[in-house]
Amino acid sequence: MQRADSLIAAAIVAFSAYCMWHAWSLPIGWVDKKGPGGGAFPFWLSAIMLVAALVVLVKSLMAARKFDRFFDSATFGSVAQVTIATMAAIVLMQYAGAYVAMPLFVIWYVRVFGRHSWLLTLSLTLGAILVMWLFFEVTLQVFLPKGPLEPLFVPLYAIFF
Amino acid sequence: MEIIQHLIDGFGYALLPVNLLLIFAGVTIGIFIGALPGLGSINGVAIVLPLTFLVPPESAIMLLAAIYYGAMYGGAISSILLGIPGASTAVATTFDGRPMAVQGRAGLALLAAAFASFVGGTISIVLFTAFAQPLADIALKFHSQETFALVVLAFTTFVGLGSDDLMKTIIMICMGLVLSTVGFDLISGQPRLVFFDLPGFTGGVSFLILAMGIYGVGELLWTLDQSKASPVLTTARLRWRDIVSGLKELMGTWRTMSMGSILGFFVGMLPAAGATPAALMAYGVAKTSSRNSENFGKGDVRGVVAPETANNAASTGSMMPMLTLGIPGSPTTAILLGGMVMWGLTPGPMLFVEQPAFVWGLISSLYVANVAAVLVNIGLIPMFVWSLKMPFTVLCTVVLFLCIIGGFAANGRMHDVWLIGIFGIIGYLLRKVDYPLAPLVLAIVLGPVMERSFRQSMIASQGDVLTFFERPISAVFMFIAIALFLMPVVRAIRDSRKSPQAAE
Repeated sequence: MQRADSLIAAAIVAFSAYCMWHAWSLPIGWVDKKGPGGGAFPFWLSAIMLVAALVVLVKSLMAARKFDRFFDSATFGSVAQVTIATMAAIVLMQYAGAYVAMPLFVIWYVRVFGRHSWLLTLSLTLGAILVMWLFFEVTLQVFLPKGPLEPLFVPLYAIFF
Repeated sequence: MEIIQHLIDGFGYALLPVNLLLIFAGVTIGIFIGALPGLGSINGVAIVLPLTFLVPPESAIMLLAAIYYGAMYGGAISSILLGIPGASTAVATTFDGRPMAVQGRAGLALLAAAFASFVGGTISIVLFTAFAQPLADIALKFHSQETFALVVLAFTTFVGLGSDDLMKTIIMICMGLVLSTVGFDLISGQPRLVFFDLPGFTGGVSFLILAMGIYGVGELLWTLDQSKASPVLTTARLRWRDIVSGLKELMGTWRTMSMGSILGFFVGMLPAAGATPAALMAYGVAKTSSRNSENFGKGDVRGVVAPETANNAASTGSMMPMLTLGIPGSPTTAILLGGMVMWGLTPGPMLFVEQPAFVWGLISSLYVANVAAVLVNIGLIPMFVWSLKMPFTVLCTVVLFLCIIGGFAANGRMHDVWLIGIFGIIGYLLRKVDYPLAPLVLAIVLGPVMERSFRQSMIASQGDVLTFFERPISAVFMFIAIALFLMPVVRAIRDSRKSPQAAE
């Protein structure tokens, strides 16, 4: 726990420094007749964040090292799997389209991760496809990324729009 | 009398068939989400918000408020039947609700929770109705100095009243404020904080994307992390006879109910407090003020009634500063506020002047939502019991699906979907090492208001920081804020004085 706390605090220190550097490109002090510059607000808040994160970092480094682990090994596996699957679904959605990514994601989650029956798996997969098409595309008029499957949807566009 | 006229007009609006339908749909979704362990009102509102583009903004707000309401009702269902709170707001309900269920009085416990929620909701909406207009009238006189001081005050409540680590709270507030500045500087029009020069960041980081990441993806990872062996479900049946006799028993708890409602309403108004501490406090007060307090924790119906009135009252309480001042009283109302700004219905005193029909329609819709929630809750108990049997993996699939596709639908950008995934992981990790997430969400919503009011005040005063102390109302806010900010310091000094004596 201690080590994770230090690591996260260090990451926040780095993030604050990055934001300060970014904000620096705009005026961070007083601009004549225009008040505080555009960079002032993010710059000084990042500075406060940096100091506070340094305090957390020093405190956690000074605290006695206890060997309680950050992750419970039983739950860590499932958290890691779901994290990877979710990010994989996002990658797939960008390059292969939502109609490839989401059905695969649902099948993985319900069948492989959840160990449910094929009947439940396939009905949820079908449900996901129908919701994407009928609710998001037809009703909300949001055009989801389709990747290489785009040509297959042309006849459907002709029917629904 | 003017208020009554406003309310009558408001009801005319809230009772339009489409709005009535949305309110019923909202409370049903809300109860359902509230009842599912791991998801509460904030998750519901964050996940459903991008789906509401289908209806006009005014109706969408009513739907979201109804979800908020319903979730407060629903949380009790799994507290009682599973022994695990359906939402953090219903933690206190498990103390006596679970023993009642184990004793075979689950039906009465559910009825008590629903009825108490109804009473708490109704009393608090009456308070809301009475105070909203006067508060908005005062706020109408606010200048940028008062607005800035009020935002500062809202943040210092987290420092003074929150139970989290002081430095971590400050980090989360600053991080939210810094994220809110991403995109363009509104005054000079220059791009700023465009991370890694990605064009996606020029549009800013939407509060909605942050909320969906943290409260959608992040919340699920957190629940997976915390999940232990599956709990035992106690079933409940409620017949007409039970309802009649139960209501008679509940009438005897009117004192607990009025205490819970009033306490909940005022605690709910504070941004750092909200429904969870309100419910715990109401439980504590009910227990200590009772003559036979030894029954508490063993299935006393007052132990269900007190937290359930308080959490509903607190949810109404947190809407009041949101609607009248533009300062959300809870993370859920922060998301509602963000949604309203997005739809061009910026909350605050001007809304009462410019859009009275909408404001009073919304207030009236709370009365309607409350009645709808109690009807749906008691009428559909078997359905909610059944929904608790739903495997967790199925729920996860649905939530993640809605986060990814709904997140894309909000602006039609893959960039946002990426951010949702990343914010989800970051939110989970931050939560794991005890960073409070509520101030982060509040800060990203209030960031633009805070920056604008600060810069306007600075321009007006030619850079004199004392301007915040020269105007009376602003000075009062600032002094309370300073006092709240110093509270952890005072506490630390007092503790250090005490501890050597204790050691002797």
